[in-house]
Amino acid sequence: MSPDRPDRELLARLLGPAGPEIGCDECFELIDEYVDLELAGEDADARLPGMRAHLEGCPACREEHESLRALASDT
Amino acid sequence: MLPSRVRRGAPGSYARGKTAAGAVANVGMTVAAYARPVTRPPEDSEAWVAALGGPPAVREPALAELHGLLLRGARFELARRRASLPHLPADELDDLAHQAADDALAAILAKLGTFRRASRFTTWAYKFVLLEAGVKARRRAWQGREVPLDDGDWAVARDQRPSAQRVVEGGEALRALGVAVRESLTPHQRRVFRALALDGVPIDVLAERMGTTRGALYKTLHDARRKLRARLAAEGHLDEAPTMGGAT
Repeated sequence: MSPDRPDRELLARLLGPAGPEIGCDECFELIDEYVDLELAGEDADARLPGMRAHLEGCPACREEHESLRALASDT
Repeated sequence: MLPSRVRRGAPGSYARGKTAAGAVANVGMTVAAYARPVTRPPEDSEAWVAALGGPPAVREPALAELHGLLLRGARFELARRRASLPHLPADELDDLAHQAADDALAAILAKLGTFRRASRFTTWAYKFVLLEAGVKARRRAWQGREVPLDDGDWAVARDQRPSAQRVVEGGEALRALGVAVRESLTPHQRRVFRALALDGVPIDVLAERMGTTRGALYKTLHDARRKLRARLAAEGHLDEAPTMGGAT
């Protein structure tokens, strides 16, 4: 039986991304390239697979991505 | 073209001569203010690398320039996180920004040879200071707070943590998750899953308390999640088929 919507959202958060993802160390190695690809309008997710899933599953890396994107977009 | 602006002051003392009034003014700025650079260095990655590896007359101004850039990044990040540090005085917050900029500069110089030119140099450099500032802020915010590291009765009804309580009181799928956590995970996986996913302990804080690394902890969390997802899918609680993707 499929869970109700609130349960589904909590489950999704607790269980993290369903697809393949990279780890925190690889995320740090690639995050600058990923952000500059995003800002250049390139398909960053196709070029660096597994990054998006990791950002969904790791709050710390997600926050750093948001900050890096904000800073890099203004330099 | 080399970075054009040279910060005045003795080499190596990068912007340390701040005044208390200056510090207060700095931390009082908004996130948007930090996102807007006061000055814009020329974006030339090769020039940065050459200058930072060049003779002292070229290197010192570039170091000062880079430190200024990093300090701006650190202040931006700490301004974003100001709400999580409500009791930290403004001058201490700015001191944290200086520490983050100093540590990031040291890390960048140590890793300059690994810069792959896959991004702009400034984007590459910013990621170091955002990591330093973020880790420092999260650890400071959790200073003195207990992090429960037992793997035992994590989802008992008396537990007031919102996520754990909802697992107990939620529907069939959430109750199945509680059972799966107890029955399918190792004690270490259970401890890490509980702290990171249920209690919302920042991963850097947990890594420090457990004497491990962020990468190792996330790998443990990923493995735990994969086990739980596979079991819940097999029991018909998830729409999707279980996946075997890995975190490196």
